[in-house]
Amino acid sequence: MTRLTLSKALNEGLRKALEDDPKVLIMGEDVGKLGGVFRVTDGLQKDFGEARVVDTPLAESGIVGTAIGLALRGYRPVCEIQFDGFVFPAFDQITTQLAKMRYRSRGLLSLPVVIRIPCGGGIGAVEHHSESPEALFTHTAGLRVVACGDPADAYAMIQLSVRSDDPVIFFEPKRRYWDRAEVDTSADLTAALPLHQARTVVSGTDATVLCYGPMVKTCAAAALAAEKEGRSLEVIDLRSLAPLDIETIVGSVRRTGRCVVAHEAPVTGALGAEIAARITEECFYQLEAPVLRVGAFSTPYPPSKLEEHYLPDLDRVLDAVDRTFGY
Amino acid sequence: MTVKDAGRAASADSLPPSGPPESAEFIQLLTPEGERVEHPDYPLDISAEQVRTLYRDLVLVRRIDFEAIALQRQGELGIWASLLGQEAAQVGSGRALEPEDMAFPTYREHGVAWCRGLDPVKLLELFRGVSHGGWDPREYNFHLYTIVIGSQTLHATGYAMGIQRDGLLGEDGEAVIVYFGDGATSQGDVNEAFIWASVTNAPVVFFCQNNQWAISEPLERQSRVPLYRRAQGFGFPGVRVDGNDVLACLAVTRKAMQAAREGQGPTLIEAFTYRMGAHTTTDDPTRYRLAAELETWKLKDPIERVKAYLVRNELADEKFFTDLDAESDQLGARIRRACQQMPDPSPLSIFDNVYAEPDALLEAEREQYAAYLETFEEAVR
Repeated sequence: MTRLTLSKALNEGLRKALEDDPKVLIMGEDVGKLGGVFRVTDGLQKDFGEARVVDTPLAESGIVGTAIGLALRGYRPVCEIQFDGFVFPAFDQITTQLAKMRYRSRGLLSLPVVIRIPCGGGIGAVEHHSESPEALFTHTAGLRVVACGDPADAYAMIQLSVRSDDPVIFFEPKRRYWDRAEVDTSADLTAALPLHQARTVVSGTDATVLCYGPMVKTCAAAALAAEKEGRSLEVIDLRSLAPLDIETIVGSVRRTGRCVVAHEAPVTGALGAEIAARITEECFYQLEAPVLRVGAFSTPYPPSKLEEHYLPDLDRVLDAVDRTFGY
Repeated sequence: MTVKDAGRAASADSLPPSGPPESAEFIQLLTPEGERVEHPDYPLDISAEQVRTLYRDLVLVRRIDFEAIALQRQGELGIWASLLGQEAAQVGSGRALEPEDMAFPTYREHGVAWCRGLDPVKLLELFRGVSHGGWDPREYNFHLYTIVIGSQTLHATGYAMGIQRDGLLGEDGEAVIVYFGDGATSQGDVNEAFIWASVTNAPVVFFCQNNQWAISEPLERQSRVPLYRRAQGFGFPGVRVDGNDVLACLAVTRKAMQAAREGQGPTLIEAFTYRMGAHTTTDDPTRYRLAAELETWKLKDPIERVKAYLVRNELADEKFFTDLDAESDQLGARIRRACQQMPDPSPLSIFDNVYAEPDALLEAEREQYAAYLETFEEAVR
């Protein structure tokens, strides 16, 4: 066991992936010499060379489009999109090409491409650097979408994503990059929690709180605070946003009868809406209250001096939990 | 002064992108009259037998196209994108490829598909709506048709970067060719592909069939300069070839592919041709172009000039042409029959091949829909 930041855990996971399979490549803007703007790929080009850790031209569609070509040739590219708000030039390649190749080739072609996207706000950045665009990808059939919430999970999840034969959109909560936790880098990956299983972070009995990415830490803290008030919350880190681990979600909500879904993304048309609909279908007779959503307002991301108001925090999660007890 | 005139005045020193090609920068080895001419940079040693083979390709490819248009008119295909007029560009470049080379087509490369050994019946699946692509790209080294304009240029470039990493450059190396049209040159992806190929020196040949029209928009809406000159700005060679001259297309593509294979990087080939038909069977070109333009291009027909060359030089006898006619009729009949007999896919195949690993939500949808369909069958019973 070693104590690693989430950024370093991803770095170690990528290093392991590069060591394990010579077909694995890393490509993106500034991922080589600089090691990425968040240092996630720090030192990898030095150790694996410029042919495997590639500083690309500055064009996101080009990064993903050439990654598709490399994957067709048998490589397993891991692309870095520098910031969430810069993924959109690549959106066409991701949705019209990457997501559909297996389907349109009737299973003959696989595109094992991972697209890493630092996501979310809370770092005082200028616009386009704090967004949560995951619903745009979970709505696209053919993509697997995951979000890591802590260092140990990040280390395993990035490796599992590289091994996936499906394209994976991999969200990294940028305000958690410097959080430290114990990571067992000697553990056997086959023993790790499968990529598409949710993880119960805190067990509880009174209400279920579903979250992912940057909100995992917030919701775990909310559960601690609620416990002091005598309320037992079950916090589940979804980890996989597509496909959803409905079994774990439904199992918990059937026990607790109450559910809050928390994410940084604006609530309108977001993942919380999808989850609420599914829970309503599956847990109708066990629900004591409607599924409530906690997220950002349905506005563009505000200037950073306002982001504390915009992003859901511990109090807003607890406020929503309280409201589920008001029905 | 109109907006258009203002733009023209501002770029007075630029060449018109279309119009009569300048002879020095226009590679031609067979004139529209069927006269063989030499070009110092593109010597082509070709036997009569080889020219006859190319002629057969051209004739049969046009026949495939003719049948497909007819099948669409009869309701057997939903749509068809005709290659009429572009046979030489496709057969010339297609026959320049080695088996291990990889080709990335648009949705109009039926002639290249033919050269890659693909049964034309497989092409019909997409246009009939029974699949999104009827062949295994790895079997033919011919990728699936790409419909989003220009996307495949990046795939081709990435694939070529893979060849570099595989260490397969050299005299017997591998290279990639990617097809796109004049309209696609305005796409960001195509320009990004040019940049990637240039800075990585990737073994890829960009084969642009400039057929003068992007549906209803003439080349002047896409470019102020001849398209082949764009390459210069990206840092690799660009050539303009007579796209209706199968010999020139063969020679120019062969040379560019060999350069790519040997590690000399990309080339842009602009095959100057003409879309003699509609954009697709849903299009009506009479709304936007003059019939006289088509008549001019008919004089430069890619097939007639090869026939004239063969006949004039007594390189093919009457029997060759009548045999080919018969073969063409047989091919047409086979395509018609196969298309009409093509079964519809099963409804539950909608759910196949979305992911490599099984997906519980998708499986649930499949089961629910199967059960739903079952209720209709029970009702019938």
